[in-house]
Amino acid sequence: METLAPLAYLIASICFIMALRGLSGPETARQGLTYGISGMVIAIVTTLLLPSVTSYGLIILGILIGGGIGTTIAKKIEMTSLPQLVAAFHSLVGLAAVFVAAAAFHDPVAFHIGSPGAIKIASLIEMSLGVAIGAITFTGSVIAWGKLQGVIPGKPIVFSGQHAFNALLGVAMLLLIILLCITQSIIYFWLIVAVALALGVLMIIPIGGADMPVIVSMLNSYSGWAAAGIGFTLHNNLLIITGALVGASGAILSYIMCKGMNRSFISVILGGFGGEQSSGGAQDDLGDRSANLGSAEDAAYILKNASSVVIVPGYGMAVAQAQHALREMADMLQAAGVNVRYAIHPVAGRMPGHMNVLLAEANVPYDDVLELEDINRDFSQTDVVYVIGANDITNPSAKNDSTSPIYGMPILDVENAKTVLFVKRSLGSGYAGIDNPLFYTDNTMMLLGDAKKMTEDILKSLEH
Amino acid sequence: MTDTNDLPENAADLANAANDLAEKAATIAMQASELIQKAGASGDGFIVTGLTVFALACFVGYYVVWRVTPALHSPLMGVTNAISSVIIVGALVSLGASEIGFSKLMGFLAVTLASVNIFGGFIVTQRMLHMFKKKN
Repeated sequence: METLAPLAYLIASICFIMALRGLSGPETARQGLTYGISGMVIAIVTTLLLPSVTSYGLIILGILIGGGIGTTIAKKIEMTSLPQLVAAFHSLVGLAAVFVAAAAFHDPVAFHIGSPGAIKIASLIEMSLGVAIGAITFTGSVIAWGKLQGVIPGKPIVFSGQHAFNALLGVAMLLLIILLCITQSIIYFWLIVAVALALGVLMIIPIGGADMPVIVSMLNSYSGWAAAGIGFTLHNNLLIITGALVGASGAILSYIMCKGMNRSFISVILGGFGGEQSSGGAQDDLGDRSANLGSAEDAAYILKNASSVVIVPGYGMAVAQAQHALREMADMLQAAGVNVRYAIHPVAGRMPGHMNVLLAEANVPYDDVLELEDINRDFSQTDVVYVIGANDITNPSAKNDSTSPIYGMPILDVENAKTVLFVKRSLGSGYAGIDNPLFYTDNTMMLLGDAKKMTEDILKSLEH
Repeated sequence: MTDTNDLPENAADLANAANDLAEKAATIAMQASELIQKAGASGDGFIVTGLTVFALACFVGYYVVWRVTPALHSPLMGVTNAISSVIIVGALVSLGASEIGFSKLMGFLAVTLASVNIFGGFIVTQRMLHMFKKKN
């Protein structure tokens, strides 16, 4: 088994690569998932067959308890709460990394990395990195979960000297790692954990709700790097390969999210965005303009007479649970010969791809759902755009007001359509706290009310 | 007009090229890790071989993840979440092989947490993928 184990781990690594590869399309994705599960089974069984692993009772107990909890949560969770769930899961990976590193530090013999008090320097450095990234991932994800769940206020929590203090903690961490390598003292090991835990909290609290998609992706990436760090400590290629795959995946998603908001990764990390009211210059001259308000009956009339409709959903649709009513409305229009499609902005929702899942849940076929670059050109030939629960991603000041905080962000060009129906609770500003001049243009009709109620009312009017 | 017609073609070529690259990178990574296995995990040299594997795996990850369709970015997070819990391998060793009580405890907690993630991550991804349907 000693010689076969690395080969089995290699096969597991390849399974994981195939799992990610499968996600290039919805048809191949399920097969990919089978690869992923197979890889995990191979990894676990191989480890259990290692001659050094002798007791199984507690292992089975742990897997049963953990597996039971995981299965229950995953089966019950509402798709709306997916971002919170993912953040919570990231925190568990981080904490597990801390525990594994602690176990290795206390019993290096079991992991073949030296003896207590005489652990190899390289292993100590790898262990420190693994444990530090793990601890940051843990508390960072807990804070992200709290913000997404609404337990912690979504607006940025900032104090003066915050960045300097974080930098100081970073330097302290490096010093502690050096001290750990020199002294092999357990005190420094746990001090590294403590500093990393604090750093995780401090890194995420200044980041506002609007930047959460980036943060969820970033923590995804961190959980991968933590696994890779532990892989280096344990001399395990499977952990290194998987960690690198996950790390790269999270990094790419963070990059896509940043691009979707035209924000640099650094400015997201520094935080403070999305809390204060807009300082945008366009706000003042909007004061005396008035919006066209419409009723559900007006909207139904306009929709019925359109030949093409594009629906632009945002997180507000998910909050109001309006996706099912929305799909019924779309079905009815399609039955009447209207061409109905959906447009998804990369940062709509609170995690990458969130809107696609919510629409899929409501049985919207995925070939009707288009990404920004595929549909943006079509808005000028579209009769009606139905914006539901979205705001900032349609805000034209991103294109024409250089003083706007979202200037330069790619938006869905809904203002090019003949008519824009905009469902919204009030004329207030969006998630990022920015006023939207689209509300006051002549071809926009504001439908004020709850997203679900309004859609259902339109549905009723369409039925008559 | 020719420009706009060429664009999808170029994009397709690019995608194919990226695909080929990803496949080549995967083969290289496989060969590299096979070599490493042959060289044996003799402790001291591991950092270099480990970094080799790590760097190559980052490239494989880069090319594979760029091919993931944006519509499936949420399932991607679900899957990566589940597979990053392969850290359970380390936890199993500490729980199954360690004689020291504290390490056993740490191992037990880590096995439990990682299991939550493995089961939770795969099941929630399965739920998501199950929802994606083609027209009719």
